[in-house]
Amino acid sequence: MKVLTLNFLTCAVKTCKSSADSFPLHPKDAELAHDDIEINPELLANVLPRIDWTALRTTSTELGFPELPAQPPTVEELEADEALLKELHSLLLETQMMEGKLVCGCCGHEYAVREGIANFLLPSHLV
Amino acid sequence: MEYLIRFSQSHETFRLPEIQALALIEKVDLKIVSYSLESPFCIATLPSEDAARRLIRRSILVQSIHELWGSGATRSALHASIREHSADLWPLYQTCSFKFTFDSYQGARTSETKKEIINTFSYLPFNGPIKMRNPDQEFVLLEDWPWNSVPDGVLDPNYFYFGRLLGSGARDLPQKLDLKKRRYISTTSMDAELALVTANIALAAPGKLYYDPFVGTGSFPIACAQFGALAFGSDIDGRSIRGNDAKRTLRGNFEQYGLLDCMGGMFTADLTNSPIRRAPLGKAAGESDGVSGRIFDGIVCDPPYGVREGLRVLGVREPEKTPWIIPKGMEMYKLPEFVPPKKPYSFLAMLDDILQFSAQTLVDNGRLSFWTPTANDEDQEIPIPTHPYLEIVNVCTQVFNKWSRRLITYRRIPDTEVDPEKVKAREEEESTQQLQGKTVDELNPFRRAYFSKFET
Repeated sequence: MKVLTLNFLTCAVKTCKSSADSFPLHPKDAELAHDDIEINPELLANVLPRIDWTALRTTSTELGFPELPAQPPTVEELEADEALLKELHSLLLETQMMEGKLVCGCCGHEYAVREGIANFLLPSHLV
Repeated sequence: MEYLIRFSQSHETFRLPEIQALALIEKVDLKIVSYSLESPFCIATLPSEDAARRLIRRSILVQSIHELWGSGATRSALHASIREHSADLWPLYQTCSFKFTFDSYQGARTSETKKEIINTFSYLPFNGPIKMRNPDQEFVLLEDWPWNSVPDGVLDPNYFYFGRLLGSGARDLPQKLDLKKRRYISTTSMDAELALVTANIALAAPGKLYYDPFVGTGSFPIACAQFGALAFGSDIDGRSIRGNDAKRTLRGNFEQYGLLDCMGGMFTADLTNSPIRRAPLGKAAGESDGVSGRIFDGIVCDPPYGVREGLRVLGVREPEKTPWIIPKGMEMYKLPEFVPPKKPYSFLAMLDDILQFSAQTLVDNGRLSFWTPTANDEDQEIPIPTHPYLEIVNVCTQVFNKWSRRLITYRRIPDTEVDPEKVKAREEEESTQQLQGKTVDELNPFRRAYFSKFET
């Protein structure tokens, strides 16, 4: 599961949805893998407006990556900044979370990640 | 300039939606001049030869495209038409190498008659060498024969077209992704040809983000990835994603086709309790970036019809009869082998959930394309679901004996185009509607009709 995916995922519990703490989910005991992928500026430019930047900064720090700038770049700035393009490409698309847990900051529920596949199925008392 | 599009004579109702979607993807101004479901020949105007090639290069249902030099119901009418319409083009091909070929729909010619017919084109001033292999230009005589013409001994086709071949569609892709050669499939895997057509109609393209909430073994994400999109997927049954052994997994399918770079993320989830972040509807008014919290360019799926595969969501079917299930779950749910209970779900409610989810996660002009079954009998037809934020773009139908499946495609319209009256009507409907029934049959009119053999 690419790190980009983590920016799209919140807690699946309905009562958590309204809480700001349910997003992003916090990686715990994360085992990461790295794929070498050719950089695709077109994809990154398209992805950028859909990213929740604050959440991405949190995820990036929690996974041990260097701190991202406080403000997101504009698409034009990103296209002109090769270093940032590479950094985002490496974090969002080349890095995969293979094992570990994703933890909700609101209810504390832990979603297991195994072989790169996260499990968001809930027990009946949380549905 | 007029161009002749030669379609394959199959999946007829999908052909125009596909070519119109490709015109959007390639930003080509396409105007259909003549088209019929009964014929594989379609005449269209296009701005240039280059536009024509680009238009069909990834089409699954187009075989070829030609610069149209002339047409007619008889050979003499054809020649007259060629002289009238294309004489100004002739000098361009005076010296290049060339060949003539035939494309006879529902018909056949012996090589002697072919030669004879080719010789009637001798007025064309082509002085270059004839090359059967890789000529500079290929001129094609396309013939529209009546049904059963060979056994009936029909002598001439109903119509002739003559054109210069410009390019071919992507008819090789269905073979590349053929289910028979795919390492990992299941009983409900969508066949490669229709999955690719779906990806085309949903406008999958390089750099875009696609999601399939009923991913199964990954037919749709693979088709989207084949066109360069980054594909995400989820399924309530994690086993379908994880696969049955190390090599036969959804990931393995991406690997088989060299598409791993385009696999975004796959996870186990239920659409009614989805972890995907959603943008609340109607709250983003004023913002006009066309994204504002939404994620996907397209959602493509073939949800379970509840016939071959049960239609289930998370929850307990009859909590009052099985009061121990919830406490047991509370005790056990942290164990890795815990499997959460599931209950049958209403087919129509699921369709509505897909629409609501799409309205909240598709960017402006993003597309939802999903398959749904219906009875061919009018009284038992499943109505096409609607949503105030989604405009129906087209409906394509694949007909079986007593039932059909439809590919319904919607466009997420910008918030400013949404009709507030429709939003209000939907809210009122939601507040009065209650799920009816508990068993799979009660919840699914299509399943009910299917197992009563569509008899009323």
